[in-house]
Amino acid sequence: MQKRAYFGLYVVIAVLIVLPFVLPNSFYLDVAIRMAINAVIVLGLNLLIGFAGQISLGHAGFLGIGAYASAVLPTHFGWHPLLAMIAGAVVTGVLAALVARPIFKLKGNYLAMATLGLGIILSIAVRNEAQWTGGPDGMPVPAFGLFGFELSSDKQWYWVIAVLLSVSVWASLNLIDSPFGRALRALHGSEVASRVVGVDVVRYKVAIFVMSAVFASLMGSITAHYVGFVTPNLADFFHSIELVTMVVIGGMASVYGSLIGAVLLTALPQALATFEGWETVAFGGILMVCMIFLPKGLVPTLASKLGKGE
Amino acid sequence: MALLDVSNLSIHFGGVKAVQEVTFSIDAGIVYSVIGPNGAGKTTLFNLITGVYKPTSGEIHLDGESIAGKSPDELARRGVARTFQNLQICMNMSAIENVMVGAHLRLDRNLLKAALRLPSLTRRDAELRDEAAELMRFVGLEKYIEARADSMPYGALKRLEIARALAMKPRLIFLDEPAAGLNPKETIEVDHLVRKVADSGITVVLVEHDMKMVMNLSDRILVLDYGKKLAEGTGEEVRKNPDVIAAYLGAHA
Amino acid sequence: MLAQLLQFLFSGVTVGATYALAALGFTLIYNASNVINFAQGEFIMLGGMLAVFFAQSGLPLPAALLLAILVPAVVGVVIEKLAIEPVKGAETVTLIIITIGASLVIRGLVQVWLGKGTHSLPAFSGDTPIEILGATLLPQSLWVLGVTAIVVVVLWYFFNRTLTGKAMLATSYNRVAAELVGINTNGVLFMSFAMSAGLGALGGILITPITLTSYDVGIMLGLKGFVAAVLGGLGNGLGAVVGGLLVGILEAMGAGYLSSAYKDAIPFVLILFILFFMPRGLFGAKVTDRV
Repeated sequence: MQKRAYFGLYVVIAVLIVLPFVLPNSFYLDVAIRMAINAVIVLGLNLLIGFAGQISLGHAGFLGIGAYASAVLPTHFGWHPLLAMIAGAVVTGVLAALVARPIFKLKGNYLAMATLGLGIILSIAVRNEAQWTGGPDGMPVPAFGLFGFELSSDKQWYWVIAVLLSVSVWASLNLIDSPFGRALRALHGSEVASRVVGVDVVRYKVAIFVMSAVFASLMGSITAHYVGFVTPNLADFFHSIELVTMVVIGGMASVYGSLIGAVLLTALPQALATFEGWETVAFGGILMVCMIFLPKGLVPTLASKLGKGE
Repeated sequence: MALLDVSNLSIHFGGVKAVQEVTFSIDAGIVYSVIGPNGAGKTTLFNLITGVYKPTSGEIHLDGESIAGKSPDELARRGVARTFQNLQICMNMSAIENVMVGAHLRLDRNLLKAALRLPSLTRRDAELRDEAAELMRFVGLEKYIEARADSMPYGALKRLEIARALAMKPRLIFLDEPAAGLNPKETIEVDHLVRKVADSGITVVLVEHDMKMVMNLSDRILVLDYGKKLAEGTGEEVRKNPDVIAAYLGAHA
Repeated sequence: MLAQLLQFLFSGVTVGATYALAALGFTLIYNASNVINFAQGEFIMLGGMLAVFFAQSGLPLPAALLLAILVPAVVGVVIEKLAIEPVKGAETVTLIIITIGASLVIRGLVQVWLGKGTHSLPAFSGDTPIEILGATLLPQSLWVLGVTAIVVVVLWYFFNRTLTGKAMLATSYNRVAAELVGINTNGVLFMSFAMSAGLGALGGILITPITLTSYDVGIMLGLKGFVAAVLGGLGNGLGAVVGGLLVGILEAMGAGYLSSAYKDAIPFVLILFILFFMPRGLFGAKVTDRV
C-alpha cells in the first residue's frame, strides 16, 4: 500500500521532467507553472480539509498576504524579496494561529464562517489601501533574486516550482503516514475516540491550519514574483472557493487527487474562455455535476472503481 | 489504597440528573462491572470518568490524584483507556492504523520530523506496526491486519476498539458494552478476551447487559438505577440484594 | 448629532431587514438539512432583477412582484430536487461546493440574459422622504420594515401553530425521529428551499428601490445574511432576525462614523469577534455530543 503511494511520486517527478520538452509553446509552459503552483497550495489545503476534515473558505486571504508582502515590502520599503516572503509567511502564521485557536473549538459551519470572514476582510483591505497596494488595479512586483542570480525566464521558474511541487508531494506522503498524520486522520474519523487516546484535538487542528495557511502565503509570494503583478482577485472569496473546489473535485484526503484537482481547475477557465459569456454558468454547472456524481472527488472514486474491477 | 476513587459524583443536563451522588472505589487488578437498566447512567458515568463530560459536582481520584474535570487527553496520559458503546472507529483509516492511533502518546509526534521522514521516526513506526499487529492477534483479529476498517464486520470492530485501547498500555480500561450486538459465540469470545485483558494486569471496568458475562467476570459490581447507586458488592451480594431484585434483576432471574 | 445617528439607524434597520430575511432563509434550509446554502444571496438578486424585468415588460407591479417571488421559489425547489436531495448525507464541504455551483449558474444565467447593467425599481409609494427629528426616512423603508415584520409574525404562527410548521421544526430537531412518526422529511426539505428562496427574493424586491440591483449583488448580500444567521446562533429563527438587524445597524453606524470604504468588512469583523467570545452566536444552544 505505502510502496504504491510513493510510486506515484516517481510518476509525478517523471512527468515534471518530461513536460517542458513536449509542451508546444510558452503559453502551455505558463499554464503548467500555474497548475504546479496551485497544486502545492491545494496539497496543503487538502491536509486541512480532506485529511483533518476542517473547512477553510478563506485561504485566498492567506495567499494574498504572501503575495502583497512580496509586492509591497520590496517596492515601498526596499526589503529583500526573500525577507519579504518570510515576513509574509510569519504574519500569516501568527494571524492564522490567533484566529484558529478559539475557532477550532467549533465545528464545521462556524469554522466556514470564520475563515470566510477573515478572507473577505483581507481582500477588502487590499482593495482599499490603494496607496500601498494599488487598490483594485493591483501593483507590479519586483523580480525575485538570490545571491546575485535572478529568476527571470519561465523555464527557470518552471524548474524551481517543479522541485517545490515534488518536495511537497513527498512531504505530504510522509506526513500522512506518520504519528502526526494518523492523529489528523483520526480526529476526522472520530473526534471523541482520538481525544480519548490522548490526541489534543484543538492543537492538531490549529497546527495543520497554520501550516496550510503558511504554505498558501509562501505560494502567494511565489505567484506574485512569477507573474510580476498582483491584483486583489488573488485574495478574494471566489479564489478561496476555487482552491477548495480543487481539493474536493480532485479528491478529499488524496495526495494525487490534489494534483489532479489543481490541474483540471487551472485548465478549466482557459478551456471555458471559448464559451464567451457563458463561463460562469459552465463553471458552476461543472462544479455541481462533479459533486453530485463524484461526491468523493475524482481520484478516490476512480480508485475504488478500479479496486473493485481487480 | 484504591486505584480509582469516585465520591458524590453528579452531572445534570439541564433538569435531567443523569448521575446523582454516586460513590464507589475500584481496587487495582480487579474486574469491576457497572450494571443497571437502560438510561441508568452507566455510559454517562464512563464519560465523566474518562473526561468526555465534566461533572457538575463530586470528586474523582486516580491513584490519589484528583482527575475530575480533566480533559480526555490528560486522562489518557495517566493511563485511562476506554471503548465506546456506539462504535467510534475511524472509518477513513485501515484497521491497523486505528490500533496504532492508540499508541499516539508514546510516539514522537513532531510535524517537521514526520514531513522529512527521518529514519528514527520510521524505525519507531515500523516497530509500532509490529506491536499493533501483535495486539490485533491478541484480540483475535489476525485475519484483519491488512484490512480497511470500513470493510470489517461489526463484531470485529468491537474488538478493534479493545485493541486500540490496549495500544495505550493503560492501567485502567473502561469497556462500554463490549458484547452488545454480538451473537452468543462472539459473546463468549469477548468474555474470554476480557479475562485475558484482566489477567495481563490491567484493571477492567465493564458496562454490560449480558448478565452471564458480568457474573462470570466481575470481582465487584455496581448497580445504578435512575442515575443513583442502588447497590454495590460481589456478584453474590448484588444478586441477593432485595432492591436490586426489585428494580432490575427480578425481571431476568 | 441625534439626527445623524437616527439617519444611520434608519438606513441600518432597512438593510438589516433584508439581511434578516436572508438569514431566515439560511436558517430554514439549515434546520431542514444542515446545509449552508451559499446560493441564498442569488435568490435576493433574482427577486430584485426579476421584479425589474417583469415590471419593464409591462406587467402591473403587483403581478410583477408576485412572479418575482414565485420564480425564485421554483428555482430553489429545482436546486433542492436536482442537487441537494441526491447527495443527502455528503460531507459539509461537498454540499457547500454544490450550493456555490448553483449560485454561479444562477448569476451566470442572469448575466447572460439580463446583462451586467444596474437596474432600479420604482418605490412602491413614492419617494417623498418623511422627516423624523431631523433625519429622513424613505417610504420604501417603511415597506421593507413592515413587510419583514409581517413575515416574521406569519413564520412564527406557521412554526408554532400549524401542523406543517411543527413537522418542519421536528425534522430540524431530529430527522430520524421525525421520519419515524411519519413526517415526510423530503417534503420538509422541499418546503424549506421554496420558502427560503421566496424569502430571499422578497427581501431583494423590497430593497431594490433603495439600493438598486445588478446580476452580482447576490454574493455580498448572501454572505452578510450568513453572518446574521451565525450571529444569532445558527438554526435559531429569532436569532436570525435579531442578527440581521444588528448586522445592518452596525454596518450603517460603522460606515457612517468609522470608514465607508470598509463598510462591507464590518459584518465580518463583527462575526469574528462574536465567534471569538461567544462561539455559538448570541442565541445558539450548547450542544453535548453523545457517545
